[in-house]
Amino acid sequence: MTKPALHTEFADIAALRQALDRRAVSAVELASSALDAAQSAGDLNAFLHIDADLTLEQARAADAALAAGNAGPLTGVPIAHKDAFVTRGWRTTAGSRMLEGYLSPFDATVVERLQQAGAVSIGKLNCDEFAMGSGNENSAFGPVRNPWDTGAVPGGSSGGSAAAVAARLVAAATGTDTGGSVRQPAALCGVTGIKPTYGTVSRFGIVAFGSSLDQAGPLAASSRDALALLDAMAGFDPRDATSVEHCGKDANEPGRVRRGFDAAQAGYDAAGAKPLSGLRIGVPAEYFGAGLSDEVRAAVEAALAQFEALGARRVDISLPRTELAIPAYYVIAPAEASSNLARYDGVRYGHRAAQYGDLTEMISRSRAEGFGDEVRRRILIGTYVLSHGYYDAYYLQAQRLRRLIAQDFQRALTQCDVIMGPVAPTVAKNIGDNRDDPTADWLADVYTLGISLAGLPAMSVPCGFGTGAHERRPVGLQIIGNYFDEGRLLAIADRYQHVTDWHQRVPATQDA
Amino acid sequence: MALNEEDVARIARLARIELTPERRAHALQELNGMLHIIERLQQEDTEGVEPMAHPLSAIEDVALRLRADRVTESGSESERAALMRNAPEAQDGLFLVPKVLE
Repeated sequence: MTKPALHTEFADIAALRQALDRRAVSAVELASSALDAAQSAGDLNAFLHIDADLTLEQARAADAALAAGNAGPLTGVPIAHKDAFVTRGWRTTAGSRMLEGYLSPFDATVVERLQQAGAVSIGKLNCDEFAMGSGNENSAFGPVRNPWDTGAVPGGSSGGSAAAVAARLVAAATGTDTGGSVRQPAALCGVTGIKPTYGTVSRFGIVAFGSSLDQAGPLAASSRDALALLDAMAGFDPRDATSVEHCGKDANEPGRVRRGFDAAQAGYDAAGAKPLSGLRIGVPAEYFGAGLSDEVRAAVEAALAQFEALGARRVDISLPRTELAIPAYYVIAPAEASSNLARYDGVRYGHRAAQYGDLTEMISRSRAEGFGDEVRRRILIGTYVLSHGYYDAYYLQAQRLRRLIAQDFQRALTQCDVIMGPVAPTVAKNIGDNRDDPTADWLADVYTLGISLAGLPAMSVPCGFGTGAHERRPVGLQIIGNYFDEGRLLAIADRYQHVTDWHQRVPATQDA
Repeated sequence: MALNEEDVARIARLARIELTPERRAHALQELNGMLHIIERLQQEDTEGVEPMAHPLSAIEDVALRLRADRVTESGSESERAALMRNAPEAQDGLFLVPKVLE
């Protein structure tokens, strides 16, 4: 890495926007410097596609909007998109050989909305193939390195997004979260990430994985920066059949999340020295069991103590089916994946085998060649649980369990306002550690899967580091709220970030 | 209940994923490993519980919308070209596949 990108000279996205409004800096300068930073950090392998011409075109449009006085909330802010979002101009692969070189004829709704808000895209970010994985080692285009410790994974599946934000190559990035794919890499890379309530952000143009679980969310340096992105991303979209028109009493539209944030902040301001007085934090016993490493436990406990110092009260709760979320998720997600990925047949787009006889052989061979190991495994198991004679025992049973898990959360949330715990049981593992055991990562998703099955919003906030040999490996605190509570979660995290500086730490520049 | 090689061949055929004999043996081992994790589902009594397809059905009635049956894209030559430029094999605006009927 060479020079830090220009946007790092500003405290946050709000400060950056003010500087742009003052014309103290231009969008083109910011974009050029972020492009340089991204290119010189090539050894992280965070980016899959950079196209300076496309980026600079957006930056010039941002400068023109600023000059004309019609800038949006993110005009000129350098961001980047997970490669699971389709983009016009930039290639979209979802980390798969299957889609190598694919050029989408349209932009995902999230991409379109962020562009309308004025954000400038620096390019496309590496991820686990079709967003399946927790270490970014399932990308067909090589693993991403964790900027804190380049021997470690960045987490996944939004590993490139988390690494790019941790290394401050961009001010923020988009991610997708099906079973933890925003929260877990955010935790492992020491950045702030939020998965909003299912249905609040459009899935249109996200390369589909598990349609009843997939949600997009931002990763950024701070809760306030995550708010800036999420507020622009969220909103009803008629092109997504599961997009919600209303969030409780409120319309699902840009501005909703910020209003929730502002309302919560007003209450905390009024509370004075103990801003979080009256806030009940549920701490589930099952999230602090034997599988949790000591170093993560210590960092999360310290964060909980910090929240108590801010006036919050700790309440012991139980989420009795926490471990059962693993089998439920690993039936439902692969089942939906097997159905969604049936579209890759080598006919209209995607990889086609060079040698084949009839149509069936063409399709089967193209799929065998185009999909990587984890994706192939999940399609096979997903096909099995949906097949005749097994559907009731596996798929329907998992869907029933899913309802019980969602009800457990609702019951717990009558005893508390938010739930807190770890995001992942350990700090980032070494690249290559899980090579011989494909399901080891599955079990490590235990604290994130239930939330995804229930469709609840949850975020990851940096709260410390490991110890000893892991002293450069970050730990994240998970904050879980009830449906549509994104604004409040972000406000609570913001209060924590007022009194801690974990989110401001940046990895030392390394020569890998 | 463990799968055997025949099951794996059947699943692979349903999934339209070609497996070489060597890969099939490997897949058998992997699938049984995954099933071992998934089998824990059966521990829970879910008698009378309504399966949950949409997570928000935990708190509200969810009805999926149907869109109006209306043409939304122009269907222009350039739109068609943009859609077809990703095709592995195309000719005269058509996707080419191996002969299906003799």
